[in-house]
Amino acid sequence: MGIAKLEDAKSSQSLPITKPESRLYMSFIHVAFISLLIGGLMGLLQTLVRSGKFELPWGIDYYQILTVHGVILGLVLTTYFIIGFHFALMGKTVGISEKQRKVTWLAFWVMVVGTIMTATTILLGEASVLYTFYAPLRAHPAFYIGLALVIIGSWVAGFVNWRQLYVWKKQNPGVKSPLAAFMVTINTLLWFIASLGVAAAVLIQFIPWSLGYAETINVLVSRTLFWYFGHPLVYFWLLPAYMAWYLVIPKIIGGKIFSDSLARMSFVLFLFFSIPVGFHHQLTEPGVDPTWKFIQVVLTFMVVIPSLMTAFSLFATFEITGRKKGYGGLFGWFKHLPWKDVRFLAPFIGMLAFIPGGAGGIINASHQMNAVVHNTIWVTGHFHLTVATTVILTFFGITYWLVPHLTGRKLTPQLNKLGIVQAIIWTVGMTIMSGAMHIVGLFGAPRRSSYSEYGGTEQASEWIGYQLAQAVGGTILFIGILLMIYIFVKLTFFAPKGEEEFPIAEEEEDAEPTPAFFENWKLWIAITIALILFAYTIPFVDIIQNSPPGSKPFDFPIGR
Amino acid sequence: MHIHKYEKIWLIFGISALVIFLVILGFGAFWQGTHPQSHGVTIDPENIEAHEAFQEDNLGLTKVGDDKYIVNIIASAFNYNLGTDEDGTPVKHIRIPKGATVLFQVTTPDVVHGFNVAGTNVNMMVEPGYISSLETELNKPGEYTIVCNEYCGVGHHMMYATLEVYE
Repeated sequence: MGIAKLEDAKSSQSLPITKPESRLYMSFIHVAFISLLIGGLMGLLQTLVRSGKFELPWGIDYYQILTVHGVILGLVLTTYFIIGFHFALMGKTVGISEKQRKVTWLAFWVMVVGTIMTATTILLGEASVLYTFYAPLRAHPAFYIGLALVIIGSWVAGFVNWRQLYVWKKQNPGVKSPLAAFMVTINTLLWFIASLGVAAAVLIQFIPWSLGYAETINVLVSRTLFWYFGHPLVYFWLLPAYMAWYLVIPKIIGGKIFSDSLARMSFVLFLFFSIPVGFHHQLTEPGVDPTWKFIQVVLTFMVVIPSLMTAFSLFATFEITGRKKGYGGLFGWFKHLPWKDVRFLAPFIGMLAFIPGGAGGIINASHQMNAVVHNTIWVTGHFHLTVATTVILTFFGITYWLVPHLTGRKLTPQLNKLGIVQAIIWTVGMTIMSGAMHIVGLFGAPRRSSYSEYGGTEQASEWIGYQLAQAVGGTILFIGILLMIYIFVKLTFFAPKGEEEFPIAEEEEDAEPTPAFFENWKLWIAITIALILFAYTIPFVDIIQNSPPGSKPFDFPIGR
Repeated sequence: MHIHKYEKIWLIFGISALVIFLVILGFGAFWQGTHPQSHGVTIDPENIEAHEAFQEDNLGLTKVGDDKYIVNIIASAFNYNLGTDEDGTPVKHIRIPKGATVLFQVTTPDVVHGFNVAGTNVNMMVEPGYISSLETELNKPGEYTIVCNEYCGVGHHMMYATLEVYE
């Protein structure tokens, strides 16, 4: 490899964020927290319905609120928060021009229009197709058009991020790009390449078919394109959490970045191995060749490597920092971590949740073992540990400093304490809810299903107790959401004025230099595309060549 | 790129464990034949009766040999069609002796469904245009709930049947 070393750019790591920039970043974060409230309420209602003790009023259908829950939390909250966080990191490290800011506003409004279109169709009961919108269930065309707008808006936002880094590199020739900007660029690349799949499905298949221009749809092709997007989607959620773990947490605990090049390496590996793996969501499908399923299973497991690298880096940072501060003994460094600082505690709980979360993921992707858990509520339990604990608690951890930094306020000791209470409530609620989901999933209880006694079988009656536990956990979680909304409103509008730190860790003075090949974007993109072509070309051609007759749209099953 | 000595040990350990794990999965799949169902057999979703297995008379449980059974099922919103009994009432409950080999064949004329004999590995996606099939041995006596575990519409949770494995 080319071993030319890059210079460091310490001076540019911390640019001021101006008022108009703050307004832009906060707009994205506002949408995220409004979504949290609405989506969280839907989640609460779902657990109550499934307990069998509560029925939805005014003829509202369970699957309608389930669609709201999935779309608004899985697609809206995450995407908006992540874009806001991305821009804050870019603004802080490489800066944003006025023109770039204007284009980002355009992206924001395109996304908002799309979100409103989609939300309206769901609220009118015209799109109870859940967030996976599997054909041949047909939603109102505006549902798909709205989704397409959200994706297109997010692309524009990503293009601006790339432009920001490009302009910065022009101004700083030969200088290593800031780690934060590098990570954001990886994640936006991941998002762009992955969402091409779902965009193709929506634009080429769903929109013409839902409008009646195309008579039938190729169901398996649409599912394959969806899952080409659906798995990298979860890494698009996870990588911003990793950014906080690699960049922010070391600073909060008073340490340095463990290894700049390892952090970059792990992000590059996530880019490689998060996309050519969608078949592991389709393992029990009849129309996909089993050998190719297995190949994608193997590729899926490659993400274990960057995950191991990350786990090592984090705990190494904890230990090195503790020892430097003079905490001796085998675990002195661990005892003296800043447990009373919510900016650390909330993401730390997120890291812990990723241990069972990751282990569950290994089970899910395990070719044969998948049949034990596929589409059982175990899977729901799994992603409530990963995205709804690991990712969201880290996002909350980010919120505690990012929001006051942007609004010119302070995280007061009282709010910090409330934040700690929030993190504990979340942990308790999620342990109960996700734990119950995992256990009863192993007994075979299905996900995505309203309350049912299944004709009164003994098996199904055993599930109901666990559904009650889910309702208890869901209620606790909703209290956690209300508390989080309160903290967010406080930090945005009412906390005392002041300056909150934007914590980004630096490298050690004597850190090993980062190799120059990390800046070789063409190489990373080429390898990513080569892996995708390898994993998908033959099975995709096979799917198309051996296609059954297409499917006409079905409206009646979703009550249209 | 510099990698810390301990991290090298950690990664070598982790990656070796991963390789062993994948070899076991591969051994199971390719040598022992434990692939998930993927036969790629297609069918016209608007004319499933053209296939012998899904003609009204052949639906439900059929004994085809000593301890060998076939179960043909049409999954549609929101019902599993297991044929009818002598009185013409729809079958919702099937009984299979313990230890028998059973081939499940399922298809759908409408939307995507799931087919899960709850608590077992009989777990398949059912998609329009394909026949989902899985052969298994039922060795644990008891009553099992067959549930649709992929969302198929407003009546999704009312889509079920029961299967009894008797001694």
